[in-house]
Amino acid sequence: MDCGSDDIIYMDNNATTMVAPEVVDAMMPYLTDCYGNPSSMHSFGGQVGREIEKAREKIANLIGAMPQEIIFTSCGTESDSTAVLSGLQTFPDKRHIVTTRVEHPAIKSLCDNLDLLTGHKHRITRLQVAEDGTLDMAKYAESLSDDIAIVSAMWANNETGVIFPVEEMAQLAKSKDILFHTDAVQAVGKIPINMKESAIDFLSISGHKLHAPKGVGVLYVRKGTPYIPFLNGGHQEDGRRGGTENVASIIGLGKACELAHLHMEEENSRVRAMRDRLEQGLLASIPRSMLNGNKEQRLPNTTNISFEFVEGEAILLHMNQYKICASSGSACTSGSLEPSHVLRAMGVPFTAAHGSIRFSLSVYNTDQEIDFVLETLPGIIANLRELSPFWDPNNL
Amino acid sequence: MWEYTDKVNEHFMNPRNVGQVENANGVGEVGSLACGDALKLTIHVNDEDIITDAKFKTFGCASAIASSSALTEMVKGMKLEEAEKITNEDIADFLGGLPKEKMHCSVMGREALEAAIANYRGVILPMAEGEVVCECFGVTDLEISRAIQESNLRSVEEITNFTKAGGGCGKCEDRLRDLLQASVNLVAIPMQSVNKEQKMTTLQKIKKIEEVMEREKDDGDIELIDVDGDFVTVSLLGACRSCQKSETTIKQYVEKKLREQVIDTLIVEEAK
Repeated sequence: MDCGSDDIIYMDNNATTMVAPEVVDAMMPYLTDCYGNPSSMHSFGGQVGREIEKAREKIANLIGAMPQEIIFTSCGTESDSTAVLSGLQTFPDKRHIVTTRVEHPAIKSLCDNLDLLTGHKHRITRLQVAEDGTLDMAKYAESLSDDIAIVSAMWANNETGVIFPVEEMAQLAKSKDILFHTDAVQAVGKIPINMKESAIDFLSISGHKLHAPKGVGVLYVRKGTPYIPFLNGGHQEDGRRGGTENVASIIGLGKACELAHLHMEEENSRVRAMRDRLEQGLLASIPRSMLNGNKEQRLPNTTNISFEFVEGEAILLHMNQYKICASSGSACTSGSLEPSHVLRAMGVPFTAAHGSIRFSLSVYNTDQEIDFVLETLPGIIANLRELSPFWDPNNL
Repeated sequence: MWEYTDKVNEHFMNPRNVGQVENANGVGEVGSLACGDALKLTIHVNDEDIITDAKFKTFGCASAIASSSALTEMVKGMKLEEAEKITNEDIADFLGGLPKEKMHCSVMGREALEAAIANYRGVILPMAEGEVVCECFGVTDLEISRAIQESNLRSVEEITNFTKAGGGCGKCEDRLRDLLQASVNLVAIPMQSVNKEQKMTTLQKIKKIEEVMEREKDDGDIELIDVDGDFVTVSLLGACRSCQKSETTIKQYVEKKLREQVIDTLIVEEAK
């Protein structure tokens, strides 16, 4: 099947990313010639096991961890569930979790369903965010009571790119003997992370957010942190996660982390510059448009902009005609009837939330692509506003 | 991504009759910015009660814009008495169908048409007089009951797809179920499937639990202490109290009976 990836302008990298060509090359032998089971006693399988250990080292290297602190999982969601449930089982008398109002569904929905899942009642404290999507650290500190088993807060928000001070938050939690988990799927590979100088106990990574394939993730577990497995089975991952390894994808993730390490500088210079040019250009050329989220404490690749009086799905489908791929926090695209819970938690007015578009770039984007979006989008918004009963060009 | 028909896509990309009729004598405005979609329909009706012109302005997604465009195409040249008969299903059919989650867009079209015709005639629509059931989207009981009857809706999910009611905070779900039940009783269609899924209010739950416990108790006595969501707290009295196996009694007997006869998600715990 031909999906036409050569023709598109892909600015939806917080949804998923292109598998890097180098990653595909690294994976191929493990989909063909090297099909042995890493657990086997024969060297045909055993040699594959050694390659998995090399991949583990590369991942550890990207986040400043030790290889034995890396556990392979099937996805970010599995990593999140494993960490939170492990924390709760470690402290069976503490059925209280602190999290935020803007978490990804992997954490949000887990917390919503925790009682049903475990058969126990839990208290969930969901921290408010400010209008720019940042957390109030004083409120966070206040919330850390004795009955809390684990805190789970995302490192960077998938919709706005806003970064939480998770290092500082983890220190505070540690001082009160509370475990700390961070969903870092949007942060890893985009900003420097060093677990050596951190108090974070658990950290989730998703392969497909950093140019590895879908279906592979990582849970970092700090050495010494109590840990109870989620998937029990064979002795893979030292008994910490059962199930035969997704060998090719693990090798691919290792390669992707190596590349992310190499591209870190570029991500925070060239990609950031492209993002800033796109953002400033759109805000300048399109009236009644506004940025959602804090401008400084933010991932270098993400911008979330609202265009008032028009609706996100309609904007995306017009962009689709020009083969530009992005996302929206509007109701019609969220699959529910209300706009994104992240934008609502920030108090973005419904009028703006319905018309929000997220652009998320990668090192594979070019300046020409930014130019094309800057040329195209003002016309799309103007056309849709022509249709809108709320748009009055004389009253800006 | 939604699966839209070619006709929806075509009407979305090239909407017909955009704007306002200059000498309009009927205006219908429905929806709001907060709700995520809104439609302003203007029509001109001549002395022979024929709609000579119709134009729209719409804020909303592709199916809202396509439904509005389709509506104007359908009513232009139509006699008022014919136009009055247009249902939301007719609008959806004109477009070759809409995804079920988007049916409310066609309902918005029908409502705007009704509002415009009422405005032309100088009458006030009864809808405005209903009682608001869904506060998130401002949907009244009359609107919901009408959608249930007209589109033969059979679940709360369908009501949400067609009217948006219940699509926000979800607090009105019980009320929607009541309206569904009332409409169904009206047309006397058996509703086993809906009954099965029926969510009970806490009061109904307590009553039912008490009934079951009264009916099922043996020589050991049991007392209901509290019901909180799915958690049922009980206290064992009499013969059971000294019984070593009280935990087993609760889990295997009381919980089993309550799950069978009340709701299958109940969790029974002994008061400590």
